[in-house]
Amino acid sequence: MSDLILTPNIESHDDFYADLLAAHEGLSKAESDAYNARLILILANQIGERDTLRAALDAAKRKG
Amino acid sequence: MNKIFEVPLYAYERSEDQDAPTPVRHPVVVIGAGPIGLAAAIDLAQRDVPVVVLDDNDKVSFGSRAICFAQRPLEILDRLGAGKAMVEKGVEWDVGKVYFDERQVYQFDLMPEAGFQFPAFINLQQYYFEDYLVQRARALQAEGKPIEIRGRNKVEAIGTHDDHVALEIETPEGAYTIEADWLIACDGANSPTRRMLGLDFVGRVFEDNFLIADVVMEADFPTERWFWFDPPFNRGQSALLHKQPDGVWRIDLQLGWDIDKEEEKKPENVIPRLKQMLGDDVEFELEWVSIYTFQCRRMEKFRHGRVLFAGDSAHQVSPFGARGANSGVQDTDNLIWKLKLVMDGHAPEALLDTYNAERVHGADENILNSTRSTDFITPKSEISRVLRDAVLDLSERYEFARPLVNSGRLSVPCTYDGSPLNSADALDGGPHRTRPGSPCPDVPLGEGFLLPLLADRFTLLTIDADAPDGFEEDGIPVTRLALKSTDDTSRALARRYLGDAKSAVYLIRPDQHVAARRDAWNEDLFRAALRRATGKEL
Repeated sequence: MSDLILTPNIESHDDFYADLLAAHEGLSKAESDAYNARLILILANQIGERDTLRAALDAAKRKG
Repeated sequence: MNKIFEVPLYAYERSEDQDAPTPVRHPVVVIGAGPIGLAAAIDLAQRDVPVVVLDDNDKVSFGSRAICFAQRPLEILDRLGAGKAMVEKGVEWDVGKVYFDERQVYQFDLMPEAGFQFPAFINLQQYYFEDYLVQRARALQAEGKPIEIRGRNKVEAIGTHDDHVALEIETPEGAYTIEADWLIACDGANSPTRRMLGLDFVGRVFEDNFLIADVVMEADFPTERWFWFDPPFNRGQSALLHKQPDGVWRIDLQLGWDIDKEEEKKPENVIPRLKQMLGDDVEFELEWVSIYTFQCRRMEKFRHGRVLFAGDSAHQVSPFGARGANSGVQDTDNLIWKLKLVMDGHAPEALLDTYNAERVHGADENILNSTRSTDFITPKSEISRVLRDAVLDLSERYEFARPLVNSGRLSVPCTYDGSPLNSADALDGGPHRTRPGSPCPDVPLGEGFLLPLLADRFTLLTIDADAPDGFEEDGIPVTRLALKSTDDTSRALARRYLGDAKSAVYLIRPDQHVAARRDAWNEDLFRAALRRATGKEL
């Protein structure tokens, strides 16, 4: 079993969400896409574990 | 132009077979005197199996072609008597630089592991490799070994039978027919043998063209591998610069799919590109230019009755990672000892099906790796390009992203995990890298090294363990090599073969792969392991 957390876990979630939007502010679509890609890679490195990453890839495929 | 391309290496000579009243039967015929065909033939001749090599040409292949040779193939070629010449002539390199857009994003040092006789990689033009193998074949002939290379002998038709193969051959003096108990097809990616037998070759075609140029430069460029993603001189594409002997540099430029190949190959189009890449003030001369596309594919089976396929005729990969010639040499290394045992009646024909199983496993590994490299180097969708560029951008500042940069995962030897020839691992605490199925890693032993002592026969390697000097099972001899862990002061022997175990006994195959291992000698179990390793328990 993976350790993917799918219950609330983000500290100050409203602040994080605002930070995420702010990071994209003023970026073109291409710049935003590139930013997202870099962010995914940085977060993936933080997680590291293959099973957890695979579970995250799967979880992201489900839209509700 | 380099003279080596013009001199016939194995000029046509009339053979007695052409005047024989009925087709002469040979034990083994090899089609193709390229590197893989020659390696197969030399291995057979060294084992005193008579072999005839047929080639429709009589010279080395034109241009540098395969240029990067990895450690395991060099070790195999050493067993075949050509490895040292290759290393002496070849260029060794450790440092690679990665460029993205206009800047260098990082550099790496391969930092090769110590304690091996052969370097991790050398760069050497394929024509030298072929030349050394032909020289070796000639030396074997001079020793009276049964090896013959017939130039300008083009196989026009193949008839397959239960117990032999018939070959119709065209020569400058007309056609003749011979027969072979066994046929090894090493006739390249466009294998006429495969076509004549109507066999499949399925896989993925990559819609891309690459321009390869060999340039002779006076410039004192460092001996490094430089790889560019999206450079200003080749926008949206990639480029590679690699050093070869004789001041020759290999340049690979990705060109994309919709191009006019003939136009791109013209010097007036190539030279300005290279000037942009190398700088205006660098003097260079074009030696060879070629445009290639590539595919990743393999035959479903490498054995079809009495016909065995090896090298590019059986499997084709992208050039990234140097897995073509390198894997072909491992094919013949796997095949020839098995064929010899079968021909001598010491093993069942089913042993040859394990050549198929083990080398299909190897080919799949190579195809997987080279496909991944290709997908990174030439992204096939907008999002894969965005992700690729993100990796490259991050790699400049953050170390974590560097392993994700994939400009070719250089060839490492294949471990035959799950092979039916392996006995279950019975060495508690034994190193993972020497588990059954693994190629034996080299170890320094005083003035010499371990691998030459293993040679090309079954070996019982004992480390701090007792065992008889050898044993024989069904006419197959096993020779003991008795070592003490203290024989190697660098402790590489203990690290690579003992791990946490106090002692070890290894049964090692003639291709220097581990068949079985345990902590102590046990006659019944090692006899069983030998039977298993020779296909008697299939």
